[in-house]
Amino acid sequence: MSKLNGNGRDVNKIVNAAVTEYHSKPEELIPILLKVNQELGFIPAEALELISERIHIPESRVYSVASFYRMLSTKPTGRHVIKFCESAPCHVAGGREVWNALLKELMIQPGETSPDGKWTLKTTSCLGVCAVGPVMMVDDDIYGNLTPGQIPDILEKYE
Amino acid sequence: MTYFRSHILVCNDPECLEKGSMEIMQALKSELSSKGLLDEVQILDTPRIGNCESGPEILVYPEGFHYINLSKENIPFLVEEQFLKGRPVNDLLAPPKKEEAQELGEPTAKEIRVVLRNCGKIDPQNIEEYIAEDGYQALAKVLTQYSPDDVINTITQSGLRGRGGAGFPTGKKWAIARDSVDGQKYLVCNADEGDPGAFMNRSVLEGDPHSVIEGMIIAAYTIGASQGYIYCRAEYPIAIRTLNIAIEQAREYGLLGKNIIGTDFSFDLEVRKGAGAFVCGEETALIASIEGKRGEPRPRPPFPAVKGLFGKPTNINNVETYANIPQIILRGADWYASMGTEKSKGTKTFALAGDVKRTGLIEVPFGITVREIVYDVGGGIKNDREFKAIQTGGPMGGCLPAEYLDLPVDYEKLTQAGSIMGSGGMVVMDDETCMVDIARFFMEFIQDESCGKCVPCRVGTRRMLEILTRICNGEGRDGDIELLEALSAEIKQDSLCGLGQGAPNPVVSTLKHFRSEYEAHIYKKECPAKVCRALIRYEIQADKCVGCTACARNCPVNAITGEAKKTHYIDPDICIRCGICKQVCNYEAVLVT
Repeated sequence: MSKLNGNGRDVNKIVNAAVTEYHSKPEELIPILLKVNQELGFIPAEALELISERIHIPESRVYSVASFYRMLSTKPTGRHVIKFCESAPCHVAGGREVWNALLKELMIQPGETSPDGKWTLKTTSCLGVCAVGPVMMVDDDIYGNLTPGQIPDILEKYE
Repeated sequence: MTYFRSHILVCNDPECLEKGSMEIMQALKSELSSKGLLDEVQILDTPRIGNCESGPEILVYPEGFHYINLSKENIPFLVEEQFLKGRPVNDLLAPPKKEEAQELGEPTAKEIRVVLRNCGKIDPQNIEEYIAEDGYQALAKVLTQYSPDDVINTITQSGLRGRGGAGFPTGKKWAIARDSVDGQKYLVCNADEGDPGAFMNRSVLEGDPHSVIEGMIIAAYTIGASQGYIYCRAEYPIAIRTLNIAIEQAREYGLLGKNIIGTDFSFDLEVRKGAGAFVCGEETALIASIEGKRGEPRPRPPFPAVKGLFGKPTNINNVETYANIPQIILRGADWYASMGTEKSKGTKTFALAGDVKRTGLIEVPFGITVREIVYDVGGGIKNDREFKAIQTGGPMGGCLPAEYLDLPVDYEKLTQAGSIMGSGGMVVMDDETCMVDIARFFMEFIQDESCGKCVPCRVGTRRMLEILTRICNGEGRDGDIELLEALSAEIKQDSLCGLGQGAPNPVVSTLKHFRSEYEAHIYKKECPAKVCRALIRYEIQADKCVGCTACARNCPVNAITGEAKKTHYIDPDICIRCGICKQVCNYEAVLVT
């Protein structure tokens, strides 16, 4: 039996591949969840159930871990995920103005996904590139030395 | 008034005139005219656009594009791209203004590089380059000439203390782990560098991974561990990749795995990736995370050296601690102990950030003063403003004011001053920083990162954040300062782990050194640094405003009125204090009061 999720991806197949990659070990739960999250954009309920069955730990514990870590999401995310650094060096370097520009442009609040499913806005802990703050990540691209004026141009690059 | 969708400002300073700015103006006019855009785009001449070094130069509004080194030949293309197609011509744009943003430049006179000695100099993906810099010689020396006790003695004599922040003597820690009797022991490297503004460990992992691996193998030999883990935060994908390459190469060279360099000592290493939880930097939470559980701390004792990963004795050190080991073995304990102060030996890496001219990574001997770090190594405060405070030790650290500029930096002195060493983040703040806002900011971070296991941290930090937020919003009440102090004392005393125990620190230290700012917010409803929105207002100074309309056009809520070339006015009832008008004004006419 194979289940397809909203994106048409085969959850069963993705979970199996992730579990196999990490040798079905319970202590590898976090890498497994990261892998599934990366493939699907989030960890749907049926994936939590499948992982629980495959590595023989209670589903409650799988959920407790999936909901604990910032990089794991149990809710669907947009096509592009913006992670804005909210750390002090970026804050001091003018991060607040950039953040306000971002909120204004996206018209969503942190943690939310835009109604068209294009954007999810998140804050992130320090990305460690403080020399070029303020910093944000759009998917895997890092943007540094940000100014409020650059925000519309950057967002425009993404389909 | 005629409406133009774009404005071109052409510099008419003598230097630019000489370089042909009038020709540029003529060319712009004729090109716009031929494209039928003259009634949509306005051309104005104005002084002081840039510094004229790269003239002729123009500014295009509302976007604020700054084009330099223009010639008549550029104009048709520029007009077509910018005004017909609506996209900037990147080749002609002035480079963005920025201060030096080099992560690791040449060392200044006050720096000594031990941990960072190879960073940026060798290829981290080629083990042979590390070996050529005396790499793995310390390991060979230890495995062939040293007993585990010899290593412990050397490290103890060197005075090396844990670089993760707490400063526990490394030799002592290893001795405890060595004395724990169990068949299986583990070695862990804490590379979960989560402190905002701290990226020392990332640079070492990305620039010189083998120094960490070599330090770990020596530690494993000393305590008798056969398996090691490097727990690295997932926000550092390049560090993880570099480490995996380095581990693979070390295995190929017989430096990891079975019978290391032909001896009967065996040890192997694995990288474990975090998933974004600040609290996992706490050692018991980190252990839980490696075991595949929620990263929640547990009470100590038992300490990990007795009962750690998978219930077995475990030695945990920070990246920087391990990276120091090979150098101490090779150059001797006395050499290392010759640097630093009485109780803090050697060097420390710091990530210098915030309002200093040269931000980036530094490595300095203990005992250096804050002033030397800020002014000699960091080059002074940006825009030559005043130094206000330095925040050390990450979110659980504290802010020190100008009176502490001559404080020698070591573990004890920083603690006595009300801050902590922490892992090595240093954020310099100028006089435009509001200390209440900074305290609120750190509390927001801590409240967000609290794992939720114990009540003082989970609930207490939230209450503190609420109080700080209302103070910043101009709704502070009489008694709030006392309430913050009481909460601080209780959270510090009753929390389970270092995160909660250190959580009140930003508030305690700012209350200690900047109490008058809290009082100004609460009793006078003023923000002395002009940061807290609810307590400031924006005004346009009539004598400076030239009526360029830039502020009115950019105001998101249309709070600014005024005719072109006449003084503009901001309606305080509509104004949301976003500060965009101040940013776009080229005449410094917008004043914050």
